[in-house]
Formats: sequence, C-alpha cells, structure tokens
Amino acid sequence: MSDVFERVKRIVVDRLGADEAEVTLEASFKDDLGADSLDVVELVMELEDEFDLEISDEDAEKITTVGEVVNYIQSHT
Amino acid sequence: MSKPLEGQFALVTGASRGIGRSIAIALAEAGANVAVNYAGSEAAAASVVQEIQALGSQSFAVQANVGNSEQAESMVKQVLDQWGRIDILVNNAGITRDNLIMRMKEEEFDQVIETNLKGVFNCLKAVARPMMKQRSGRIINISSVVGVIGNAGQANYVAAKAGVIGLTKSSARELASRNITVNCVAPGFIDTDMTAGLSQDLKDKMIESIPLARLGQPEEIAKVVTFLASDAASYMTGQTLHVDGGMYM
Repeated sequence: MSDVFERVKRIVVDRLGADEAEVTLEASFKDDLGADSLDVVELVMELEDEFDLEISDEDAEKITTVGEVVNYIQSHT
Repeated sequence: MSKPLEGQFALVTGASRGIGRSIAIALAEAGANVAVNYAGSEAAAASVVQEIQALGSQSFAVQANVGNSEQAESMVKQVLDQWGRIDILVNNAGITRDNLIMRMKEEEFDQVIETNLKGVFNCLKAVARPMMKQRSGRIINISSVVGVIGNAGQANYVAAKAGVIGLTKSSARELASRNITVNCVAPGFIDTDMTAGLSQDLKDKMIESIPLARLGQPEEIAKVVTFLASDAASYMTGQTLHVDGGMYM
C-alpha cells in the first residue's frame, strides 16, 4: 500500500509540480492538484509505464483522486 | 551545410505513390529518416524505400490500412520499435470513389470517410502518446482545395477533406501545450495517378480555374510539407496552407 502510494506520489509531484504535502489519498487531480485533462492523460501514461499495466480509457476516465489511482493499481497488479 | 531535418524520424502514410511518395523523398532529402506506409502497392513502396536509402537516410516500408485503428496502431508501434521515436507524421493516405450524390452508394461514402478522415484520426491518436512524452512533434495533414471550395461528384472526398481541416484545428489546440504542432496542406490539382485518369477535356477546364494556369507537381506540395516539418515553421499550428496555384484565395 504505502509503496504504491509513495511511487504514485513521486510521479504526481514530478509531473504536476504539486507540493508533496498536497498529494494525499483524498486529493483530486483536477480540483486540488491543478491538473488539466491532458495532464491526467499523461499521468495515466506514466503510471502505466511505472507499474507495467494498461489502464483502459474507460477506467482512466473514472479516476479522479490519488486514492483511486492507488486502489486501481493495487487491484490490477 | 547541415540539413534541416537531419537525424529526425518521420512516418508518411500513403507514401508509395503520388504526393506521398514525393513527400517521403523530400523529407529524406532534408535529412530525415522516413518510414514508408502503403496499403496495397508493396513494390512501389519498396522502390521509394530504396530511393530514400540511396539518399543516405534510413527507411523501411510498413503495410497498413490507416482506416483500421488496429492497423494504424500497429504501424506506429513498428516505427517506434525500430527507431524509438517519431518526430514527424504526415497523414497523406487517401482514396477517391467519385460519384454524384444521387448515385453515390453508402459504401462509397463510408470507404472514403474511413480512409481519408478516420485514417487521419487513427494515426494522429497513435502518435500523440509518444509525441507527448517527447514533448515535441510535427503532424502534417494533407487536405485538398476541394475540401474548401467543394466539388461536384466528390461529396464523400470533399466531406472527408473538409473534416481533416477541422481535425487539424482541434488537435492543434489539444496538443499545443506539449509542443506538438498540427498543420494542414490543401493541394490543388496535382499531376498524379489520381488526376491522370481524368479526360483532357476535363483537365483543360480545370486549368482554366487555376490562376497559375497549370497542374501542380507533387514536389511542389512536398516542399511545403518539408517547410512545416522544419524549424522554420516552429510558431505555426492549426493552419491550412493552400498550395493550389491560386485556386482558392
């Protein structure tokens, strides 16, 4: 759990330029972390590479918070 | 003198013949390595590959019907497997199934939309990912003067080519923040296989509507595409350049 969260957090900080303290499980990419739609698409691409999995467009559209990403990765790896 | 596209990797669809062939060769002359896509003309594609290699660039042929999204994706994947990146995509592949609307079959309409419009979307979507990661890319779509001014007997082709201009503008806006530019070239009547089948009478009539009073040569389109792919066009996106001897102005 913590390992996946830490890896996701690192990517989010790196990609969105967000402050590490802001990246909580509850944080919304768009509302709290300042991501636009394209940022989210890119984030998903990078997570796919990092965790070596494929996130379908349908699933990717449902992901809005950091916690949802962490859950998704845990249940698909 | 260093070449403007030295070391870059390009993919040109429909590059075995006509305008696509000239574009592939012009990009290679400018220093780019060029993947040559073809749908059916394997031998013609092989000769383009040889010509490009003779210019000192890397090249290989890749078969795909761009209207099929899986084939378009697999084509882009083959290029990435080979070269690891794509700097330039030229969406040139196109077909015609001319008929008056009253006589045009639904399949004729669908086939042309599928290759000429959806094919552009498929390829564009497939390269968007690697180009976004690269934080750079040039996409050049080939439309047509008839997509702007219309043409009797080509409702399907005209609808597709007008669609390409809209697709160019939307994708230019979506991808601009990642330093990917998307531009369009709208050729007029060009001397290729596609126009060779027309009667001399029709050609004479066409020429009357061209201020420069002659058909264009494929190389004259290729030069403009090379410009759009080069650093000289770095601040242009979402534009359509009309290369038609003045037909549309």
